[in-house]
Amino acid sequence: MAASVQSFGGSGTFKHGVHPPERKHFSEDMPIEVVPTPEKVLLPMLQHVGAPSVPVVKAKDTVAFGDMVCKSGGFVSAPVHAPIAGKVLKSAVTTLPNGRHVQVLPIKADGEQLEGQALRDEIFGGEWSLADLKQYDRQTITDAIAKAGIVGLGGAAFPAHVKYTPNDEKPIDTVLINGCECEPYLTPDYRVMLECAPAVIAGALLAGRAAGARTIIIGVEDNKPGAVKVLQEASQGTDVKIAVLKTKYPQGSEKQLIMAVLKREVPMGGLPLDVGVAVSNVGTATAIARAVLRGKPLTHRVVSVTGSGIRNPKNLLVPVGISYRELIDYCGGLKEDAARIISGGPMMGFAFANLDAPITKGTSAMTVLTAGDVRKADETACIRCGRCVDVCPMNLVPTKIALASRAKDVNLTQAYHIMGCFECGSCAFTCPASIPLVQLIRTGKAQIIASQRK
Amino acid sequence: MTENSQAMASEPKVAAPVIHVSPSPHLSNQALTTQRIMLDVVIGLVPVILMALYVFRLYAVKQLVICVVSCLAAEAIFTRMRGRALPLKDCSALVTGLILALSLPGLAPWYVGVIASFVAVGIGKTIFGGVGMNLFNPAMVGRAFVMIAFASVLAAGGYQDAGSVVDAVTRATPLDTFKQTGAVTPLSALFFGLTNGSLGETSALACLIGGFYLCIRRTASWEIPAGVILSVLVLGGIANLTDPGSDWTVLHHLLGGSLLFGAFFIATDPVSSPLTTKGKFIFGLGIGALIMLLRLFSGYPEGVMFAVLLMNAVTPLINRWTIPRPLGAQ
Repeated sequence: MAASVQSFGGSGTFKHGVHPPERKHFSEDMPIEVVPTPEKVLLPMLQHVGAPSVPVVKAKDTVAFGDMVCKSGGFVSAPVHAPIAGKVLKSAVTTLPNGRHVQVLPIKADGEQLEGQALRDEIFGGEWSLADLKQYDRQTITDAIAKAGIVGLGGAAFPAHVKYTPNDEKPIDTVLINGCECEPYLTPDYRVMLECAPAVIAGALLAGRAAGARTIIIGVEDNKPGAVKVLQEASQGTDVKIAVLKTKYPQGSEKQLIMAVLKREVPMGGLPLDVGVAVSNVGTATAIARAVLRGKPLTHRVVSVTGSGIRNPKNLLVPVGISYRELIDYCGGLKEDAARIISGGPMMGFAFANLDAPITKGTSAMTVLTAGDVRKADETACIRCGRCVDVCPMNLVPTKIALASRAKDVNLTQAYHIMGCFECGSCAFTCPASIPLVQLIRTGKAQIIASQRK
Repeated sequence: MTENSQAMASEPKVAAPVIHVSPSPHLSNQALTTQRIMLDVVIGLVPVILMALYVFRLYAVKQLVICVVSCLAAEAIFTRMRGRALPLKDCSALVTGLILALSLPGLAPWYVGVIASFVAVGIGKTIFGGVGMNLFNPAMVGRAFVMIAFASVLAAGGYQDAGSVVDAVTRATPLDTFKQTGAVTPLSALFFGLTNGSLGETSALACLIGGFYLCIRRTASWEIPAGVILSVLVLGGIANLTDPGSDWTVLHHLLGGSLLFGAFFIATDPVSSPLTTKGKFIFGLGIGALIMLLRLFSGYPEGVMFAVLLMNAVTPLINRWTIPRPLGAQ
């Protein structure tokens, strides 16, 4: 049963958007499992938005679980910590699913490792006491977040301490914790909310204290009544409120979420900060709780391995840097009709073929689709039916932007506000003519950047 | 966009799945295709076609067959001339043929339907680059051509044959009767459609049933017929007030002629109408206003065809004027 909609100034939904098939059933009932320690992890030095991290260890050094191996490369950056005990190998280069070539620091497992239940207890276990949070002041909390290398775990991987650093010109009154998980197939946030609600609440309260916010709200879509229930119970007696939103894609996008919960409009090209809001994912909240209350860095995360192309879909607690290949093997391998492997979900995720690429802090899932899932009709001409206009959550005219981009008309794409597009894929999902609208819009953005360089 | 396929190395024991990469999104709504949209128009036209068959009998059969066959043939010939693959499966030529036939008088000789079809598909659509590229509604381009080339056939007299065995055809059309004699056709006859006229226009009821279906399916945008009807109500109302003696009321304007057929089936052609909600509404209002202008002040009894063609011409401008305000823009 869907939970009843509840929000705080917003209508519990946003304008436009789509209803792709949810397909959460593959993994939603699978409790988080701990993956055995891999023989090797590859730690990318750039797994966040901002400046690359800088190694502080050299090849052949021995590192313990949780040791810092790369320091932050600037204010908008984050350190990286060893998710396993072992020996540092020579740094190398790899290609991440998003197409970026990055330097990686390999660590070969060596010595005693935390495994199974012990590792799970280390990350999620124990009491998450909400009693003494007042002892942590703003500076203490943001310092702990920065030191722990926490970045947005919802996918954007923006360094979290930057959002919560006090800004006198733009004070934050509301912290929104994002538990929408509107991407089809994905369930890591759902499992975290179900299995570790107290840590989510603790992290939300700490984020609220860091930002100096009066209001702390966790937003969850009404297709996750189980998560709503445990969060409501866990938040009893605290300042944390739960907003229940009408399920619709892309509600997990922060601009849409802020509109749905608070009815505030983030200015185009601006940040939630501009309307007094900071948004973090529920996974990020648990990492914040762990960093502040226990002084532990971000070394592991929950990843869904899901889709009709994988034999045994699961939700896994994995060390950052483990390869996609190992997760596939742990989940029983690919089915024979697997046709596309996606880092993230099917709407905004990246299809890739290099299975030796590492999971990063921002990887929420690996979705494996079959040829039947991704089947698509051949592209035909746009008949200007306007369906893309009807579904665009940013209120753009996708077909005009896409056709202008195809004609390389930089002025026209800008007249149609191409930079307002965040590539959610609602238009291309809907297009009856199967026009690759999102891809054309990406091309158009690249044309603008190229024309500005001239 | 073509997909880069890339075979992957995998475990020797399992049959190797072939993995492709492709840009996101990786899901698409399979239920909605261009073909399905065109099929929806055909479904929406069913009540109108049934009514035409009931009222005009063999005249309707003849005209529908001529126009549909000619449009399909024209599509095949012209696309071959452009060296393109046959696009007949998108059904757009079928829709053009049906709408064209329904906008013609049943009495029009066979060559009028054939010529109108070839002009509609050839000049109205293919020379612009085929489906999706045309500026004007193809069926109306074809109809406008024959209306000028065969003026007598599509003038008032072309609708009437006193010796016909089909009852409706023996009388003049309601708009023409009024223009010539001042006699007013009862509203109920206009509503149910037992009058003379172009094949598809006579029954307001059939147009409303089919039109609502299209709007519910969002195959037609409701903003367009709403704009047309609102505009006709307001201007027809003003005409009523300024000429209280006239028996041709605003309701006659609404239910008579091809107003509802045009509003729901012709003006809503997505290709030649605007993209945005506001633009669609402006487009509808403009058509309604032009129809009233032509009906009240021109020599023609009806103005739907010219109104649609004129508004088609300004559609690109309307699109530019009504770029929606993106979320977060000032």
